[in-house]
Amino acid sequence: MSETLERPAAKADLQVVGTRPIRPDGADKVTGRAAYGADFNMPGQLVGKVLRSPHAHARIVSIDASKAKALPGAKAVVTAADFPDLASEVLEGGEQASNLRDLSLNVMARGKALYHGHAVAAVAAISSEVADEALSRIKVTYEVLPHVTEVEAAMAPDAPLLHDHLFTEGLEARPDKPSNVARRHRNLRGDPEAAFADADVVVEGRYVTPPVHQGYIEPQACVAAWAEDGRCDVWSSSQGQFMVRTYCAKVLGVEISDIRVTPAEIGGGFGGKTTVYLEPLALALSRASGHPVKMVMTREEVFRATGPTSGSVMNVRFGAKKDGTITAAEVELKFQAGAFPGSPVGAACMTALACYDVPNFLITGYDVVNNTPKVAAYRAPGAPIAAFAVESAIDDLARALSMDPIALREKNAVRDGTKASYGPTYQNIGYVETLAAIRDSEHYKAPLGPNQGRGVAVGFWFNVGGESTAAVNIAEDGSAVVVTGNPDIGGSRASMAMMAAETLGIPVERVRPMVADTASIGYSMLTGGSRTTFATGMAVVQAAEKVIADLKARAAKLWDVPADQVEWRGGEAICLDPKADKKPLTLETLAAQSARTGGPIAAQVSINAQGAGPGFGVHLCDVEVDPETGQVSVVRYTAAQDVGRAIHPSYVEGQVQGGVAQGVGWALNEEYIFDAQGQMENPGFLDYRMPVASDLPMLDAILVEVPNPRHPYGAKGVGEVPIVPPLAAVANALRGATGVRIPALPLSPPKVLAALDGAKAG
Amino acid sequence: MSKIHVTTTVNGDPAEFLATPGMTLLDALRDELGLTGAKEGCGSGDCGACSVIVDGRLVCSCLMLAAEAEGQRVETIEGMAQNGQLHPLQQKFLEHAALQCGFCTPGLLMGAKALLDSNPDPTETEARYFLAGNLCRCTGYDKVIRAVLDAAAELRQERTPA
Repeated sequence: MSETLERPAAKADLQVVGTRPIRPDGADKVTGRAAYGADFNMPGQLVGKVLRSPHAHARIVSIDASKAKALPGAKAVVTAADFPDLASEVLEGGEQASNLRDLSLNVMARGKALYHGHAVAAVAAISSEVADEALSRIKVTYEVLPHVTEVEAAMAPDAPLLHDHLFTEGLEARPDKPSNVARRHRNLRGDPEAAFADADVVVEGRYVTPPVHQGYIEPQACVAAWAEDGRCDVWSSSQGQFMVRTYCAKVLGVEISDIRVTPAEIGGGFGGKTTVYLEPLALALSRASGHPVKMVMTREEVFRATGPTSGSVMNVRFGAKKDGTITAAEVELKFQAGAFPGSPVGAACMTALACYDVPNFLITGYDVVNNTPKVAAYRAPGAPIAAFAVESAIDDLARALSMDPIALREKNAVRDGTKASYGPTYQNIGYVETLAAIRDSEHYKAPLGPNQGRGVAVGFWFNVGGESTAAVNIAEDGSAVVVTGNPDIGGSRASMAMMAAETLGIPVERVRPMVADTASIGYSMLTGGSRTTFATGMAVVQAAEKVIADLKARAAKLWDVPADQVEWRGGEAICLDPKADKKPLTLETLAAQSARTGGPIAAQVSINAQGAGPGFGVHLCDVEVDPETGQVSVVRYTAAQDVGRAIHPSYVEGQVQGGVAQGVGWALNEEYIFDAQGQMENPGFLDYRMPVASDLPMLDAILVEVPNPRHPYGAKGVGEVPIVPPLAAVANALRGATGVRIPALPLSPPKVLAALDGAKAG
Repeated sequence: MSKIHVTTTVNGDPAEFLATPGMTLLDALRDELGLTGAKEGCGSGDCGACSVIVDGRLVCSCLMLAAEAEGQRVETIEGMAQNGQLHPLQQKFLEHAALQCGFCTPGLLMGAKALLDSNPDPTETEARYFLAGNLCRCTGYDKVIRAVLDAAAELRQERTPA
């Protein structure tokens, strides 16, 4: 290529990026045509269902499926005996690494059931009714074991042990006894104890959050077909078809080349669909029965058996000088991992102080197994939990110093050149600009009404890049098909099409974006980590640039001029040699003549994208408290975020608004409630109370654009940052409204009322 | 267990199917009639993803027996666009980017249509309370409510020629 694109392109030069076209998959999604996980069927398919443990912790003594197998219409029963017993092996899958053996044991219990709802057997039958009857005929003999739910109870020396082979990692010496603490994380900088001793003001708190679920509205669903030649097809709703392929191959012990996975439209994921639950079972049932098998979870199964995120107990302490300079911090995070190691406490440790330039700190994190469902990634995994504790403490520090909460954060803000608490040195970050956007907002100056309070909180997420493939195929009419391997959860087809259109210089309506199956496009990591618009978008732009290089070569050939005499501008090849006197050649013209210039025009690019820019959010929340009932309502909310550059601003605002809503639900209502037997008591949307339309006001999103120079159009990941600040923003607003700090979520009416009554009683 | 022969009207066309006594209207629409626009998000009437309109009334089709559709008029998302033209609500949802994953969208659109059929000029608060039975986990409802109010304004304008 002769010209180099300015990176990122100047905003004024952009024709498509930054506009708000209608999404390419829009008509399908407003008419009911779009096919989600449960909307796909195969001729002759069976219904697959799962038998789940009724105990939170039990040894599986025996499983007798003979009566189920004898039932007319029941075609197959599988248990752990039908899957290979895998060795421990760490796989880098998506947002966080997975241990293959744990993944396999979570899909189907072997020897022990580790939580209420853990799969112990699965059946395939000719109908839902027959499948239910077959499940009821499987006799499982359990030896019930003592269980442990709460994180600190699981850490106690005499706690019931989930895994005999689990020894705490990350300690100075390998312990001599197994423990439920899978790992201790530790990050020390400077001399925090000395700094605390020198501090003018010290604040501290103990904070508690319950497990909460991602709450995607579409339950997990798939169809699997195992052919007689050993080739298998899977259709499923997930955040990554390649992830499904890899995990299924490993869990079943078959070749990756034998599995093709076709992604359905996905009805929300938020991290919860970055792993598999049903797909390996459906494949095993299909292999055993010789029929395609469809499996769809009920909402209750989604709650009982798929990943929530961790519940936690946290201790935070800050020390500061009178002028507001934070000199010391201590953060201790204890996270529930559920039945297998792998809570997001590592990311929580890394993000906890990522917004603050603190010279002395100690961050300690504990990854703790307990008898609840294995946690799965949930939007900025770990960061909202840590931010709840840290931002609550910072709010208390601002009060102790009588400082404006934004001024305190500005005084201690990380900037370009600051060494982040988790290691690297920040570049091209827009944190102080985002703080200024809230400080200068009309909302920040607006008066509050009676029983109202205002809270500020900030949040950080890394955003990631990673492996992506994209193909750009030019049709004979000069339109383009863009093919990627990333499921579109929130409008990424629109951003892919827009970036391709911008690069090629054609209208976005001339680009058709496709999400391909695993046999039709090169490998791509899953849609997660806020990576798709950044990393896959980068692959799309590079593929489009490769097409442009080809188009210029073809134009040069047609004009008989050297290739460096051709420029691509506005969707046309332009001859730079004035003597040649050539009229520009449009993409349409070049496409129509492609047979004469070398055949079809297409390019594919595979990259491992580096240089994702971290994101920062600053949120401002007003709540109103009903002193009679303890009910807290969010009455006004403004969220500012550095988004790099918004490719499609409406969908970027949508990410911000959606993250805020989830965070408000986490703050006010959502929680897993377990009974004494370790059984979740509220596995439905009536009792697990997610925000509904009447719970929320309009959510104002301010997009701050500090472009990421490593992306051709300046994009940074945007999807995860907005769920980080709301927990503390709401809690700080409630503190402002009531004068009472409630350090345990959710801030539900009974808890708020009790705190208000307690404060009155003095 | 013998099946019940159900004769009904779906999106203006006659439809018939065989239903088991326990079959929900949602399962009949999806499995017997191939209309998969209505979704099952909970099966307990809490999420609204299965919303359809039966004889002018908004219902969760997961809570209604298929046999109860006998002789009724059922409207589903598949019948909302007419003659190749999106309904103003559908168009406004697209213009306002009022969907992300799109799974709750058919139910929200049916809910919004039921709202505007009964109240052509809802306030923001009225729209929020009417749609409180339709869970959306992606959008935070902001753009959904804006799209509904904008569609309401457009529909009012259509009804009163200038």
